[in-house]
Amino acid sequence: MNPIDMTELARRAAEEGLLDVAYATVDAPFGRMLVAATPHGLVRTAFDKESADEVLTELADRISPRVLEAPARLDEVRREMDEYFNGTRTHFDLPIDWQLSHGFLLRAREECFRIPYGEVRTYKQLAEAAGSPEAVRAAGNAMAKNPIPIVVPCHRVLRTGGSLGGYGGGLECKRWLLDLESGVLTL
Amino acid sequence: MRLPPFQGLIDRHGREVHRYLAACVGPIDADDCWQETMLAALRAYPGLEDDRNLRGWLLRIAARKAIDAHRAARRRPLPVADVPERAAVSPAPSDPALWRAVRRLPEKQRAAVALRFAADLDYATIGDVIDCSEAAARQNVRAGLAGVRREWDG
Repeated sequence: MNPIDMTELARRAAEEGLLDVAYATVDAPFGRMLVAATPHGLVRTAFDKESADEVLTELADRISPRVLEAPARLDEVRREMDEYFNGTRTHFDLPIDWQLSHGFLLRAREECFRIPYGEVRTYKQLAEAAGSPEAVRAAGNAMAKNPIPIVVPCHRVLRTGGSLGGYGGGLECKRWLLDLESGVLTL
Repeated sequence: MRLPPFQGLIDRHGREVHRYLAACVGPIDADDCWQETMLAALRAYPGLEDDRNLRGWLLRIAARKAIDAHRAARRRPLPVADVPERAAVSPAPSDPALWRAVRRLPEKQRAAVALRFAADLDYATIGDVIDCSEAAARQNVRAGLAGVRREWDG
């Protein structure tokens, strides 16, 4: 029996304001994802391709080293993501903590967050919506380094002409998400 | 100061801290003491200025919590006399009665013996944790063992 009660520790730490970053894993159809939240909201999602150690170290450096595995703190995130992957949710009602994004990157990601389920935009349209029509490359960069993929739907942003562009989770994953949202997939 | 995610400390040292606490305060109070230790550590963690010996740092906090728990337990009336059963042969190190004898030792000796035999620390680290020299740590372990032996032999 494991004498260590992490659930109790996470609960008490949160109660005393000592849980700055809580994380858990979510089973996605294309692999496991790591999800992390601060008391302000969802701050990071990461594909399996990224090393969890590196993601957590980055969160410790950039936000706070008070990082604990605390699945109960992410119940709502995990539930909504499960529903999204099952095709039963088309909109996330989650508070977002934008603190890892600044300046134009923040504006571009906030605009991306507004793209409705099943629709797509081009990097150029995203740059325009974010207020800098010339900043197409920067918009691409904002999507490539999106700290909250899936929930901030950078998979809905494509190249002009319709080619997929890039994706942190891999192009197959981007294709799968677009198929899911267009109803092509039979779930 | 760049510090690693706190969860990593728990994954690496959490069980060892629990073993040490169980030796110091007994299995029943150890769970509570472990929670108190980790909460105190979390509270202080972002302000830490030296990350070279996080294990020693955690055990130092645990040692303080064990002392607190001991003092609190002394203030609690004991419902029944806690008399160790006399073993006919030399007790094994995992013998609960033996650890009860350890828990009756003076503070520093108790901590030193528990750190040596439950957490398996070397004397330099024990000195670091209970705030004394390596030689004094060795002396505390020796005196603690002698104390346990005396009680055992009656």
